[in-house]
Amino acid sequence: MTTIDTTPPGELAGAAPGAVTPPVDNYLTWSKGVASWAFTLDHKRIGVMYLLGVLTSFLVGGIFALIIRTELIAPGQTIIEPETYNIFFTLHGAVMVFLVIIPSIPGSLGNFVLPIMLGAKDVAFPRLNLFSFHLWIIGAIFTVLALLFGGFDTGWTFYTPYSTKTELGGVVPVIFGVFILGFSSIFTGLNFVVTVHKMRPKGMTWFRMPLFLWALYATALIQILATPVLAITLMLVGLERVFQIGIFDPAMGGDPVLFQHFFWFYSHPAVYIMILPAMGIISELITVHSHRHIFGYTFIAYSSVAIAIFSFLVWGHHMFTSGQSALMNTIFSAITFSVAIPSAIKVFNWLATLYKGSIALNTAMLYALGFIFLFTIGGLTGIYLGTLNVDIHLHDTYFVVAHFHYVMMGSALIAFIGGLHHWWPKMFGRMFDETLGRIAFVLVFVGFNVTFFTQFMLGSHGMPRRYYDYQPEFTIYHMISTVGSYIMAAGFFLTAFYLLHSLFFGRKAPANPWGGRSLEWQCTSPPPHDNFKTTPSVGDCYDFRAVHWSEEEQGYVVIRDDDPDTVSSAH
Amino acid sequence: MTAIDSKPEETPGMVDGQGHGHSDTPFQAHHFDTPQQQYESVKLGMWLFLGTEILFFGALFALYTILRANDPELFSYASQYLNTMLGGVNTAVLILSSLSMAAAVHFAQRGKRTLMLACLWLTLAGAAGFLVIKYFEYEHKIHVNLNWGPSFYYPVDQAEATAVGADGEVLTLAAENASAASAETALLATENAESLPTVAEARLAAAPASDAVSVAPAALGPGGLSAIKPEEKIAADRAAVGQVEYSDKPHLEDKALPVNTHRFFAIYYAMTGLHGIHVVVGMVMIGWLILRGMKGHFDHRYYAPVDLGGLYWHIVDLVWIFLFPLFYLIH
Repeated sequence: MTTIDTTPPGELAGAAPGAVTPPVDNYLTWSKGVASWAFTLDHKRIGVMYLLGVLTSFLVGGIFALIIRTELIAPGQTIIEPETYNIFFTLHGAVMVFLVIIPSIPGSLGNFVLPIMLGAKDVAFPRLNLFSFHLWIIGAIFTVLALLFGGFDTGWTFYTPYSTKTELGGVVPVIFGVFILGFSSIFTGLNFVVTVHKMRPKGMTWFRMPLFLWALYATALIQILATPVLAITLMLVGLERVFQIGIFDPAMGGDPVLFQHFFWFYSHPAVYIMILPAMGIISELITVHSHRHIFGYTFIAYSSVAIAIFSFLVWGHHMFTSGQSALMNTIFSAITFSVAIPSAIKVFNWLATLYKGSIALNTAMLYALGFIFLFTIGGLTGIYLGTLNVDIHLHDTYFVVAHFHYVMMGSALIAFIGGLHHWWPKMFGRMFDETLGRIAFVLVFVGFNVTFFTQFMLGSHGMPRRYYDYQPEFTIYHMISTVGSYIMAAGFFLTAFYLLHSLFFGRKAPANPWGGRSLEWQCTSPPPHDNFKTTPSVGDCYDFRAVHWSEEEQGYVVIRDDDPDTVSSAH
Repeated sequence: MTAIDSKPEETPGMVDGQGHGHSDTPFQAHHFDTPQQQYESVKLGMWLFLGTEILFFGALFALYTILRANDPELFSYASQYLNTMLGGVNTAVLILSSLSMAAAVHFAQRGKRTLMLACLWLTLAGAAGFLVIKYFEYEHKIHVNLNWGPSFYYPVDQAEATAVGADGEVLTLAAENASAASAETALLATENAESLPTVAEARLAAAPASDAVSVAPAALGPGGLSAIKPEEKIAADRAAVGQVEYSDKPHLEDKALPVNTHRFFAIYYAMTGLHGIHVVVGMVMIGWLILRGMKGHFDHRYYAPVDLGGLYWHIVDLVWIFLFPLFYLIH
């Protein structure tokens, strides 16, 4: 059954002499009860709990989005009051950014697969990992509490001086909540960096790591380096609001633009916290589902790190109209353009990987291909916005909204959903319905483009973002956009249906349903509690020549007749 | 790092996790193959954490730099209200506690438990001493309304200010009373209303005149001086007052006080307060190390917690070593 190469038992880290292994060893059935989940140190269970939390938040944020879109279907008041609208679009943004997209891939999929892909038993600090998750829960609770305290209508960016003056009482709770979520993110990043540095087994060199790990590693660096600045900024906003310390308030000699600098110093890198792991997922999906060795491994790996570095140097492009000097604008604009280089390197390498591959158009792969399409649109419109004179026209319009939805949702979230399909059989040991999966993808993909491509047009015609009401000539675009959001919602509900259905009625998943070569496909589905009975040895994780279909398993097996240490990296 | 020894331990140690662990030495978590790997991992983890701490404070240092670059005269002037003597003593206390922490790590690595514990107690005492001195500093400032925000401009009740001794309870109450005084009284009671920024007025929703004043230095951009007080006037006022090492007189009677001086105290309290919280966390951590040390958990093979605690403590000291000159020694 197991297909990993075993090292001699003498080299084992060793099993405890007294420990009895249950006959069916799998992390889901290892122990029972709520407490065995809530206080587990197992990275897989923590990953699954993150997944549950993230998907729940996604449902909440999505419902807010649907309400906003329904309100905007016609000019004037449709279903909610203007004040409620302000609170809802703020909550939509805050929930989707801080509770869904930032923790989605690292927290759920990252936690689940990172140690297994690496060949480790767990992350370096399992307790810290659990603590991160508990912090996430506390942060989420505070965000919900903010609603009970009267909500907040600052937008997810908390711009001062409005955020320190608004009458709504939810600002302090949500700031505290996001502060805590920040620490959750920092500790996850710290854990991943140490795990990648110190927990790699023999043979897993840096350049044998699957590209998803490179992406998570680069993400973790940003999480560690940028998030403390957000924490301090939010602390100052809280102090400003409660004690009126006068740092950001112009009435007291403070500087509100200073807040914007501090905020975007984190929040621009945060965009890459969202997109980098998504790119990592795509690197995996493209190569596994086209059964072809990744093209340009080192380029993709280094471009992740390059994007991480660039991410710290471009925050000023959010502030082109804030009155910062023309020289600064020019510099930030130029550096922003250069982000296109590592991003394009990735896209071209993915396309080159597809070339002459035997592409399986299953659900996960469809999401990956959808990602490439949507990310290209999102990335290229970013160049429009990074261009100084164009940005003056497009600043704070729906063009910006459409751009960042193409990047955050069309790319980051679509990759997350794709990755979820890819690793679903591994996580839960069940196969989902491919036909429904493909139908749902089409609904999501079409719905997404109908929703957001229209918004590019709205924005370029001058419709400002965040507005409750609008001129009648925009009505047709808003109506199309709203209909698109309903199509997309149908797709996501269908996805939720067949994934939940598969948990109970799905066919049992083989260890390796897609023909993957990295280590997580070489342990059973779902994986055993300790991931690997023995420390696995590692070959080239993109060499698919050794992967063969097995009728008996109804899945792929890796048959290696070569010495793992002499496998050439065939790129 | 020869102190790490992977020799298997006979006694089964504390088993990490969910009952399937094993251990070559006590306190080795099951997912690490060797104690060496565990030691390197926790050490790297701690350094990364310290990196986040540095960025955490780094953001505040950046804020300090910007505020000071915008209003250099404000910072150098307001600094005289800080007690350099107390700050200096605190610096010495922290540096000495860092020394004893380093010694504790040294003795831990060599398995000298008693000496290690003695040094940890010394470090703990140093941390407590620092906080006590800091408490007296804060208490005095809050009492005379050298505060963040609007209460900076509330009048101080002189009778209370002089009558109250070292009793913290009374002082707190007095400070609260002072803060409760209305902003209007502040303006009426002070002779020198001209030198006040109109925070209080602005809050009372105000006349056009106050709006003009409240547009304030930030609008003038980097290097901009206050619109109200030209540099020469400040210099003249300062000459009249005379340069002092430490000023103890009520700041609202100070003719040379630059506008928006409350911002100096806002950043002062934000930075030293956050540092103070780190000292408290450090004390909890040292206390935990002492407890574990007394239980005999540390020896020459396993001393990582002491080592990491030491690193954390040194960073806390290091931050103070930057804070001290940046706040106390710039006038």
